[in-house]
Formats: sequence, C-alpha cells, structure tokens
Amino acid sequence: MSALLRAEQVSKAFGGVQALSDCTVEVARGSITGLIGPNGSGKTTLFNVITGYERVDAGDVYADDQKITNGRPERAFALGIGRTFQLTRIFPRLTVMENMLVASQHRGSGRWRSPLARAGGQADRRRAMELLDFTGIAGHATALADTLSYGQRKLLELSYVLVADPAIVLLDEPAGGVNPSLIQHIAARIRDLNARGTTFLIVEHNMDFVMGLCDSVTVLDYGTVVASGPPEIIRSNPRVLDAYLGTTEEDDAPAQ
Amino acid sequence: MMDTGRLRGATVWRGGGLLALLAAVAIFPLVFTNALLTTIAVDTLIFVGAAAAWNIFSGYSGYISLGNAVFFGCGAYTVGIAARDWQVTGTAVFALLPLAAVVATVVAVPFGLVALRVRRHTFVVVTIAVFFIFQLMAFNFSFTGGTTGVSAPFLLWNPATYNDPFYYLALAIGVATIALSWLIRGSRFGLQLRAIRDDEDRARGLGVRTMRVKLAAFMICAFVTGLLGGLWFYFITQVLPQSGFDPAFDLSVALMAFLGGLGTVSGPVLGAMVLVPAQQYLTEQFTNDYLSQIVLGTLFLGVILLLPRGVIPTASEKIASWRARRSGRPAEHAVTPAVQAAALPGEPTAAGTAGKESAR
Repeated sequence: MSALLRAEQVSKAFGGVQALSDCTVEVARGSITGLIGPNGSGKTTLFNVITGYERVDAGDVYADDQKITNGRPERAFALGIGRTFQLTRIFPRLTVMENMLVASQHRGSGRWRSPLARAGGQADRRRAMELLDFTGIAGHATALADTLSYGQRKLLELSYVLVADPAIVLLDEPAGGVNPSLIQHIAARIRDLNARGTTFLIVEHNMDFVMGLCDSVTVLDYGTVVASGPPEIIRSNPRVLDAYLGTTEEDDAPAQ
Repeated sequence: MMDTGRLRGATVWRGGGLLALLAAVAIFPLVFTNALLTTIAVDTLIFVGAAAAWNIFSGYSGYISLGNAVFFGCGAYTVGIAARDWQVTGTAVFALLPLAAVVATVVAVPFGLVALRVRRHTFVVVTIAVFFIFQLMAFNFSFTGGTTGVSAPFLLWNPATYNDPFYYLALAIGVATIALSWLIRGSRFGLQLRAIRDDEDRARGLGVRTMRVKLAAFMICAFVTGLLGGLWFYFITQVLPQSGFDPAFDLSVALMAFLGGLGTVSGPVLGAMVLVPAQQYLTEQFTNDYLSQIVLGTLFLGVILLLPRGVIPTASEKIASWRARRSGRPAEHAVTPAVQAAALPGEPTAAGTAGKESAR
C-alpha cells in the first residue's frame, strides 16, 4: 500500500512551545489510521499543517506523492483532503441544506458556473440529501444549523466534508462529547465509507473507538511519533503505555 | 413547513405589494411637485441604493465597513473633475456617470486587498482609517480643488421639474441594486458570502476562495456607491472634502441596514426610507445640524441595544409565530427566521430560530 498522505519530518513551534518536532506520519491508501497522544502532543497541529491552516517551520507534506507543504486550506480541499474540527465548526445562520451547498459549489470544477446562478442545482441538492440521509440528519435539512444539537453538528460537519468526495478525511475527535449510541453510529458510517474507498485519519481519545476502528495507530508525544503500528501492537507497547495510556489500560478514560 | 397553497398565496401578496409600491414610487414626483419634498425623495432614493449596496458587502459577509464614503466621494470627485477638465456641460455630464462607478471600483481593489486581510473590529478600524486618508487627500491635493472642492456645470433645466430626472435616475439605480442584492442573496456567490460571515476559516476548508469572494462583493458595493456619488454631485452641484467624504455617510448607510435588518434584502431599503426623511425633518425642526446628528447617534445606539437584528427580521418572526399560534401549529415550523444580524463574523449568534431560511 502506498501512502496517500505523508507528513515528513515536520516541525512547528508556537513561540517557545515545540508543537511538532521532526514528526513523520504516513497514512496508507484505504486505511483507517488513528492518531493518539496526550493533550498538547501536536495532533491538531498536525491536522492544521496538513490542511493548510498552519505553516510548517521545517519538513514537508505530501498528498499522493505531490508536495503540498504550506498550501492553503482551499488547495487542500481541492486535492481531496477533507477535515472536521475538534470543536465542530458549522455555519450556524445557514440552514443545514445551505451548509451542504457551500461545500458542493466546487464539485465538477471543470465547467465554469455563473456565480449568480441560484445556489444548489438539482444534482447538488439530491447529492446533499443522500449524504444527510446517510449520516441520519436529513430530517433537519431546512432547519437553521444553529438549532442542531452537538451530536447533530458533528454529523453535519461529517456530511458536508463528504460532499466533495474527498480521498481522505481527517476527523478531529469525532467521538468527543457524543453519547455512546451516536459513537456507534459514527463508527458504522466511517466503516461504510472506508469500505467504499475513503481513507481516514482520526484523532481520538476514546480508546475503544480507536482500537475497534483503526487498521493502524500512530502515537504522538511532545510532537514526535512514539510508536506506530497495528492497534494490538500499540496496546502493548511500553512506551505508549508510559506516554499516554498510563500504567494500565483501564485508566484510559476519554479526556473530554 | 408551509403548504404550497399558502406559500403561493404569500408569493402573490408579496409580488402584488411590490408592484403597488413600485407604481406608487414611480408616480410620486407627478403627484407631489413641491421641490422641497422631491429633494428629500431624491436624497432618500440615493440612500436606498447606497444602503442596499453597503448591505451586499457588509450585510452578507459580516465585514462591517465604515468607509463607504470613500467610494461615494470618489464617484463625486471623478465626475466633477472630469466635467471640469474635459469641459463637459449640459445634459452630456450624465454620460460621465459610469466613469464614477469605474473609478470607485478600481479604488476598491487596493482598499480591499489591504483591509480584507483583517477581520471584525480591526477591519472596521482600517476602513475608518482609509476613509480619513481619502478625506485628507481631497483637502490637500490641488486637482481636487482643496477646501473649495469642485462645482458641477450648471444645468439649464426647468426649475419646476428640475428634480425629476434625478429622481428617476436614483430610482433606477436603487431598483437595480435591490434586484442585484436579491439575486446575490440566493446565489452561489451569496451563499459563499454568508458562509464567510458565519465561519470564514471553515469556508476556506470547504474550498471557498474567500479573498476573491470578499473582494468581488466589496467591488460591487463600490461600483454602486460610486455611481450614486456621481449622481449626488450633479444633484447638489458641489462637492467639498467634508461633504463628499462625509463620516455621517459612513454611519448613515450602516445605521439604515442595522435598523431595517442586516443581511436582508429589504432591511436597508426600509432603513433608508425611514431615516433619510426623519433626518431631514429633524434638521428642519431643530434648525441645527449638530442637534440632528446627536439625535441620529442616539438612535444608532438605541437600535443596537434594542433591535440588534433589525426591524424586518424581528417583525417577520413575530408575525410568523403569531400566525403559527393562530393555526395551532408549533411555532418552530412556521418561523421564517431571519438572518441573525448584528454579530460580526465569528461571534456567537443570538438565540437560535428554526425554520426555513427565505430570501426577502
């Protein structure tokens, strides 16, 4: 399997804090890769660097062997990298459908479309409804996004990231602050999508979620990769236990 | 969700009301020939267009500009200087109006490229700073006539109907701007602007080229405002640095949009139609311009405090929930909610409302 996404020896400092140092992370095509580590270990910074929200101090990012270091968020999106945010970010004063249409405006970008054309043609709306059906919030399509519950917002964010058929989706704590049945629902959706070929890189503190879902897990601590491999190996890696999981596995209650 | 019959009924009512209003506005100068009255009417229409233009950029994108007088003044000075230097006289001066729009649009490019890099309060401050730079330039350059400004060529028109051409030109520009605003609100471009208002960084992550979108809206706003500046100059027949680049203009257009409803199509129009005559009336009453300014400023504070979302969103919500109560439906479904205004991009929004987003 070739790496669909690769961060190579990436370093990033915020003032005196070294958020990432010499960090190399690979995501194999078709995989569900987990990214774990204590709070402040650089997981979200790595997401930001990959998707163009932060610039690297050193190192490079490759998508499909194409260098995308320090690109802009628009470019990362165009290259098929979708992401969600740890604190969900939706457009609160647009309806759920309009939220979906913001992302769908760039599909089939080969053809020029008039900017003054009505937002959302038939095809875009149908596609949006399919995705809302898939994630289970189609009933809220005409509601203002502001009225959604926290869990529904997570689902909306996942839905509109999928509009553009991304090759890889970066999820920042998809199970954070979400009730257990919804966690199962989200995990099932991720498996479905993965079976259809979407690659995932997932930051998550919920160990059951990560270990149950991921083919491969990378552990960050102080901005560096401590370990990387299949979940069962990671589980028993002493360095990982030391850095993150504590002395016993039972202590790994989700941080948030 | 509304059933289609009622929806169609509402559309017919709205369309009919709109036509009636347009007809009334069109015959206004034929019915009221009092020059004082038609002068106020022309002023009002100029501000209707200017407030609608301001709203296309600031209302939809959430970037509150307090520097739109830059475009207005540039438009006024452009036609003034062009008519003076090229010795254009008579009705032919109106052919120069497109130039006012073009110059204002060109000015908007560097202005926007600088100001649109910063957000929220910083953006507001930058627009004010740019505004004062332009006013100072108008005071100090020789080609702008310095403190004496520029005068318009004399129009040899019948005094009885002198205001009418201005009235209809301002009306045409105003109607076209409102139509454009409505078109943009429902368009891809408008959706991108509103996405930027709600969360600019998230929009970038979904492929919206935010700088391009913001700048385009800023230029459209400048185009209309510059055009109106040119028209206003011919109407007033003189432009001075402090009247062309007038801080009260900056505040007025913003206040009109806030009063009527930021980010709605009809809000700024309503705001202008209420405020301009009110302002003129106050000036008449107090025979003291400063006092009316104080009243205007107090009104601004009152609107921000009591009606932060504007009249139209608040009223349409009240009507919708009243209707819902009468028909025994849960209010949530019938609410035509309104764009929640007043918040700058990224700020927490007011209490949530559910229902269908509709363009007004």
